[in-house]
Amino acid sequence: MATAQTMNIVNRSATTAPMPVKSNPDIAVAKLIDESKCIGCKACQVACMQWNDNRDEIGSTVGVYDNPADLTTKSWTVMRFNEVERADGGLDWLIRKDGCMHCEDPGCLKACPAPGAIVKYENGIVDFVKDNCIGCGYCVAGCPFNVPRISKDDHKAYKCTLCSDRVAQGEGAACAKSCPTKAIRFGKKKDLVEWANNRVKDLKERGYQNAGLYNPQGVGGTHVMYVLRHSDKPEAYNGLPSDPQISPTVNMWKGVTKTVLSWGMGVAVLAGLAHYFIKGPKEVDEKGHDA
Amino acid sequence: MTNGWPDIQHADMILVMGGNAAEAHPCGFKWVTEAMEHRKAKFVVVDPRFTRSAAIADFYAPIRVGTDITFLGGVINYLLSKGKIHEEYVRNYTNAPFLINGDFSFKDGLFSGYDESKRSYDKKSWTYQMGADGFAQVDMTMKDPRCVYQLMKSHFSRYTPEKVSQICGTPKEAFLKVAEMMSETSRPDKVMTILYALGWTQHSHGAQNIRTMAMIQMLLGNVGRPGGGVNALRGHANVQGITDMCAYSEVLSGYMLSPMESDDTREQYLKVRTPKALRPGSMNFPQNFPKWNTSLMKAYYGNNATKENDFGYHYLPKRDGQYDILANFERMAQGQVNGLICQGFNPLAALPNKNKLGKALANLKYMVVIDPLKTESAEFWKNFGEMNNAKPEDIKTEVIRLPSTCFAEDPGTFTSSGRVIQWHWAAGDAPGEAKTDREITGTLFTKIRDLYKKEGGKGREPLMAIKWDYSSGTNPPAEEVTKEISGRALVDIKDPKTGAVLFKAGEHLPGFGVLRDDGTTECGNWIYGGCWSQVGNLTARRNNSDEGGMGNHLGWGYSWPANRRVLYNRAGVTPDGKPWDPKRPGIQWDGTKWAGIDVPDIAPALGPSTGAGPFIMNPEGVGRFFAPAMAEGPFPEHYEPFETPVGKNLMHPNHPKVTSNPCSRVYKADAATFGKADEFPYAATTYRLTEHFHFWTKHAQSNAVTQPQPFVEIGEALAKEKGIKNGDMVRVWSNRGQVKAVASVTKRIRPMTVNGKPLHHVGIPIHWGLVGVAKNGFLANELTPYVADANSHTPEFKAFLVNIAKV
Repeated sequence: MATAQTMNIVNRSATTAPMPVKSNPDIAVAKLIDESKCIGCKACQVACMQWNDNRDEIGSTVGVYDNPADLTTKSWTVMRFNEVERADGGLDWLIRKDGCMHCEDPGCLKACPAPGAIVKYENGIVDFVKDNCIGCGYCVAGCPFNVPRISKDDHKAYKCTLCSDRVAQGEGAACAKSCPTKAIRFGKKKDLVEWANNRVKDLKERGYQNAGLYNPQGVGGTHVMYVLRHSDKPEAYNGLPSDPQISPTVNMWKGVTKTVLSWGMGVAVLAGLAHYFIKGPKEVDEKGHDA
Repeated sequence: MTNGWPDIQHADMILVMGGNAAEAHPCGFKWVTEAMEHRKAKFVVVDPRFTRSAAIADFYAPIRVGTDITFLGGVINYLLSKGKIHEEYVRNYTNAPFLINGDFSFKDGLFSGYDESKRSYDKKSWTYQMGADGFAQVDMTMKDPRCVYQLMKSHFSRYTPEKVSQICGTPKEAFLKVAEMMSETSRPDKVMTILYALGWTQHSHGAQNIRTMAMIQMLLGNVGRPGGGVNALRGHANVQGITDMCAYSEVLSGYMLSPMESDDTREQYLKVRTPKALRPGSMNFPQNFPKWNTSLMKAYYGNNATKENDFGYHYLPKRDGQYDILANFERMAQGQVNGLICQGFNPLAALPNKNKLGKALANLKYMVVIDPLKTESAEFWKNFGEMNNAKPEDIKTEVIRLPSTCFAEDPGTFTSSGRVIQWHWAAGDAPGEAKTDREITGTLFTKIRDLYKKEGGKGREPLMAIKWDYSSGTNPPAEEVTKEISGRALVDIKDPKTGAVLFKAGEHLPGFGVLRDDGTTECGNWIYGGCWSQVGNLTARRNNSDEGGMGNHLGWGYSWPANRRVLYNRAGVTPDGKPWDPKRPGIQWDGTKWAGIDVPDIAPALGPSTGAGPFIMNPEGVGRFFAPAMAEGPFPEHYEPFETPVGKNLMHPNHPKVTSNPCSRVYKADAATFGKADEFPYAATTYRLTEHFHFWTKHAQSNAVTQPQPFVEIGEALAKEKGIKNGDMVRVWSNRGQVKAVASVTKRIRPMTVNGKPLHHVGIPIHWGLVGVAKNGFLANELTPYVADANSHTPEFKAFLVNIAKV
């Protein structure tokens, strides 16, 4: 078990105060999803539901194994199944665990106009702070992976927290803990990159010449990474973008918010900032709530 | 499993065939991925469908349902014709050198001795040539034309790669690739494991499917070795325990066959079940049958089992026919059964041909359902529209429900696929009125016995004779039952030579090795002997240290028999007692005794010079390529499923009597329900999904969320032919019933070329039914045929015929 982590905030939505922005590489965490070991059992989906006490609706089958059919406010991770015919006549059944990638340069955070609704911790986890969320949906537009979902009930945004509440207590992500084949690993990012490189070597020896690590640099790298047998065509894995970038409009919007904020946007925003300046970087308790 | 779960990590090659380990056993499957990552093991899947196992396999080969014997027979032919066998192993550890009776023959799909009227064999020619010394004759050069090796070679020479491809629909190159990969493990420094499950058992020739694979593993020298063996992955957390403890009507605990009517006396019963050694030096462990049986009778009847009354032999029911579950439901269908107790059993969903089952249950006077969940069986009388078109007003069966606890609400043991008996503790109290199965059984027993005491009745004597001395008769504690199963001394047990007291009266015994046949020991199940010793409850041990570094974990639970982790481990070493591969040790001969990091599967002093073979449960002391115990032949032969898309046995196209297993029992009414390919052109199979557990988890929301609704899987070519699109509602029907479900159109099921013609498969996941929080639907066994394996009577759920159309 890892040691309990102090969840220092290094970046915060709609906040002008100078902040480190980057995660600390010495403590940065990550989740590595080794697609070559994933059997699509959905234990991670159920672990996620149960740890976070989410119960999605019992939906319908539409002819594929993807259930629920998409990420929802209650399903923060889903398995994506893709059948791809190989050039040699064989078949690949590519199974990818989808969910928040916890970008080092998070487009959601950049796009978010609500002060402190999205934070990034020193360990790289990008978290939504429900109480500050105004439900505008800009995070959805800002995300290059189409991950956040807005609730119709409480008009708040939801996504994977990378179990920030567990991590604060020195535990790994619930999905990683439940994974029977250790296709999901949780740990320090630098260790997992090394691990991934060994896996890639093994896969190349098995004939997967294009095996590789997915840790896209367009978003500064991610704290959820994949080992892919076919890293030359990530799109085959249910449209995983080969070179994800934050949309230019979001970058522009970011500029606007900065300007607006510098003029002073209103009491609420100022109060939020005041909180930051007075109390310092936020920490979270074991429930993931702001302390 | 001959080997345990963690042992899979030592394999160089893993074959998953007749099962879908990633799907149905995801937790144990981690050992496959460990072997791949850390040993660079190769992983091969052979299956009609490209499964979740296949998704991460190094190689996948398709196969038509119900043709595994042909595929594996083809592998045997490949190994024998190319000389890719582990010859020293085969010569010394199998009956390959044994000489067979000159009258034994095989012609036109039948072995010598077939009686068509009885659909069974007179096996008198299926015997070894016996010498004047009373032992089986052998030719260690394996050149004698009557030796098993030569007979086997000739038998399987017909299974050419072309024949395999014609019958199985497997492309020849794919078959050869798999055969070649398997053959690599004939080297002593390479080992293959096979993981299978119901994909092999649920056929009219299921036992022979497994036997054919066991033969391959013996040819390759892979049985008894770390990373090898023949590994059945069981379908429940404790189904191994159920089989071990005789929750079947035809065996007593510990796989002792129950008496037949022909076993007039105890003497006769023991005689036919206590074999003599067939080779000099053979350990012939079943010679101890009387000890196991007598100790069991003492556990059943206590002081009422005495030497004078033949240890209560007359109390035991004597079978006058077959009493497997299909035979019992046939009797029920005929109106010959009054009552049924379903304890943890949902037969309306779990047996074939649901419509027959529903009618059979309606013939009962009463049915008691003991279950923690609402089952379809308990609702068989209700009308669920076309999913269960029963007429409650016509059904007189009284259904009584007794809610029971789930495993987590009750202490006791689980026995895993790897034979490890593990104690578990209750994690919480059961809701409402639910009681443990022990309390329900104990209360029922006590009340029924009291009634018989007062009122008398047929069968009173055995009921009164039963020993029931638990601290609570109505609620026997799990600890006391486990102690009774494990065994204890009833009087002071003395060393016959020295007279010294070995075990005091009342002491727990260390294992089956000290059981007696004179009534001085009791043991409720000899193979579990010693699981609760004087040391305490060994099943509750949780020491996960790994002395020896091979993942044996001898301090974790108790692995029957004798806490042994790899069965037949004497075969894991050379004849002179050294591990075949020193890097993967098990046991070895240290000059005076067998020792090592596992419990030796042979008497400690029976060294290499004694000639004692490694397969101690066989009187020959060796593994059997030629196995007369099998109903349909000492060698496996290809027979079609009872519903065959080909219409004939392509091995014997001119002999319609051997199209399907000539020894499978077929009831007259059922024969009329078998469909033909002209009306039902598609080969179908049923199976499980990882998101669900049988018919239980449709009651659980989390599971229902991840797989909410019934569906069937078809390939793109068939979908195009039938105008079916992904997500359409379809009707699938057999000659017995129908299901309606969502169509999943997939690339993972492809048309095969069988006997020169294209053949489509239809895949039907089970799991949904009439009740539960998931979307309800038809029970998949609306479709399946009421016919079973000739040895185990396991139903043929995995190969039948259907038709399909868009609704």
